[in-house]
Amino acid sequence: MASITLEGLRKTYAGNVQAVKGIDLAIEDGEFVVLVGPSGCGKSTLLRMVAGLETITDGTLKIGDRVVNKLEPAERDIAMVFQNYALYPHMTVYNNLAYGLKNRGFKKPEIEERVRKAAKMLEIEEYLERKPRKLSGGQRQRVAMGRALVREPAAFLFDEPLSNLDAKLRVQMRVEIKQLQRRLKTTSLYVTHDQLEAMTLGDRLVVLSAGKIEQVGTPMEIYSRPASMFVAGFIGSPAMNMVPLEYLQTRGTHDLLSDLPPNTDTVGIRPDDMRLAPPNTPHLVVESTLELFEAAGAESHLYVRLADSDQPTVIRVSGQPPVKEGETLRFFVTREALHPFNSTTGQRTNAP
Amino acid sequence: MVENRPFLNILTHLVLIAGVLVVAFPVYVAFIASTHEPSAFVRGVLPLLPGDNMLESYGQMLSSGWQVGGTPPVWLMLGNSLIMALTIAVGKIAISILSAFAIVYFRFPFRMLAFWVIFITLMLPVEVRIIPTYAVVANLGMLNSYAGLTLPLIASATATFLFRQFFMTVPEELMEASRVDGAGPMKFFRDILLPISITNIAALFVIMFIYGWVQYLWPLLVTTEEDFYTIVLGIKRLMASSDRVPAWNLIMATVTLAMLPPVLVVLFMQRLFVKGLTETEK
Repeated sequence: MASITLEGLRKTYAGNVQAVKGIDLAIEDGEFVVLVGPSGCGKSTLLRMVAGLETITDGTLKIGDRVVNKLEPAERDIAMVFQNYALYPHMTVYNNLAYGLKNRGFKKPEIEERVRKAAKMLEIEEYLERKPRKLSGGQRQRVAMGRALVREPAAFLFDEPLSNLDAKLRVQMRVEIKQLQRRLKTTSLYVTHDQLEAMTLGDRLVVLSAGKIEQVGTPMEIYSRPASMFVAGFIGSPAMNMVPLEYLQTRGTHDLLSDLPPNTDTVGIRPDDMRLAPPNTPHLVVESTLELFEAAGAESHLYVRLADSDQPTVIRVSGQPPVKEGETLRFFVTREALHPFNSTTGQRTNAP
Repeated sequence: MVENRPFLNILTHLVLIAGVLVVAFPVYVAFIASTHEPSAFVRGVLPLLPGDNMLESYGQMLSSGWQVGGTPPVWLMLGNSLIMALTIAVGKIAISILSAFAIVYFRFPFRMLAFWVIFITLMLPVEVRIIPTYAVVANLGMLNSYAGLTLPLIASATATFLFRQFFMTVPEELMEASRVDGAGPMKFFRDILLPISITNIAALFVIMFIYGWVQYLWPLLVTTEEDFYTIVLGIKRLMASSDRVPAWNLIMATVTLAMLPPVLVVLFMQRLFVKGLTETEK
């Protein structure tokens, strides 16, 4: 087990395409860090650089106290779980798990012991003699995890391991990965584009965009205080609504807006912070027309258009309110729900 | 279109049976001819039932050959052909799987150039470059040897191309996973790539074995001693006796014997062969 330290990590491809533009990140021993971002943001490249499958153009990568920039993947003491599992199709599950140990010169009894232990932990003991082709997606996923587990490496690297599973299995495996990591306390780096997966799995989240870190923090920190408009739009579903400050100011005089930082020109409001009933604390009142009503079971999404504006906005309420499409809705927003941004820099204006 | 109507079933079967007859009848005639007297075949009326001369024909060809026509015993020629076909098939597969491995999995300068150079040799089969190739083999002193018979036929662009296409469908993560698992390039080749290519290897083996077995022109050039005659050459020599009535029973016995090894190879490897050409197992 070890910490992972990234210092000014860069990746430039032929033709001067910069995939990763200088990443500084310190992952502590035993921590579960999730890299999240839209496709093409460099998160997989970054993970593969840590794994040693991509060369590092510039910067330093340390696993523990060792600089591993030039080491082969096998020498870095990491294990990786791939998106398409990458199980060896002609080997039984047992041999799939044992292959890495055999290559490292482990003795037969030790291999046997480790494989059995991992298989037991993942509940794949009964499949040990089967070929991967005879397994379901979820079972293959477990075998892929097992292959990482038996090695007892310093760090686990996960490259979107759940994206090939169906929705139900994905939730189940998500929970299992989390529990497993808690139990083993192995440093883990996990790549995903699914913000829900990121929120629920990580001790810390690293939100990436265009090869750069947008924000690092615990899931709740990032959710409640997104550092930029990009993060605000990416984390949370439905995405945060962005309303021009000017528009809110024309909706009557509001003392509420006077204490926002001076360079604020856009205000972000989470869909669930828009109330249909007036709260006791001071609040804004905004009128809108309901365009589309979406019932999602326990909650409902109201797609509204703000009055005198063509700003589309989403409101999330629990249950199913008695509203009709085309109806005029008033909603209420308290001061705490406002996230001030500057649309030119894209940054939060009251960042600490 | 999966339909199940009796009329269509009968029709399709009739077509299939007709096809089988067209293909199989000449083979049957060859076998029948080998079991009759030498004169039976030239009489004008083809016998359609086996005769009683079978043991003599086959016995003579296998043991002593046909000295009048200058043909050594068939078992010697079968042996030569077998050595030639096996060496060509194994050699072609070994060389092309390694070159495909290099082209697909390694990044070296002029990689694509190397691939295209291999690829354009498709345009240069032995028949096209026969004189220079003969000169090279003769200068190396490889006339009348197994090396001379097989080496010039071993290089194969087709097989290299086939393996390249197959390797490119193998997910890259498999290579990466084995790298993380501590396997070097050759270990990856031996432990992962070779086992998953096994059906392709089998399919190629069948094709290449038959390619080697039916070679005629090249063995005709490089062999002058009876000890190195291949079976195809032998058949030709049996028929080439211009001033005599051809001994059809002996010729057909040789032909029948010559057909057996390729048939056996196809029969035994059929399952793998079809799998290799149709299935992509990943």
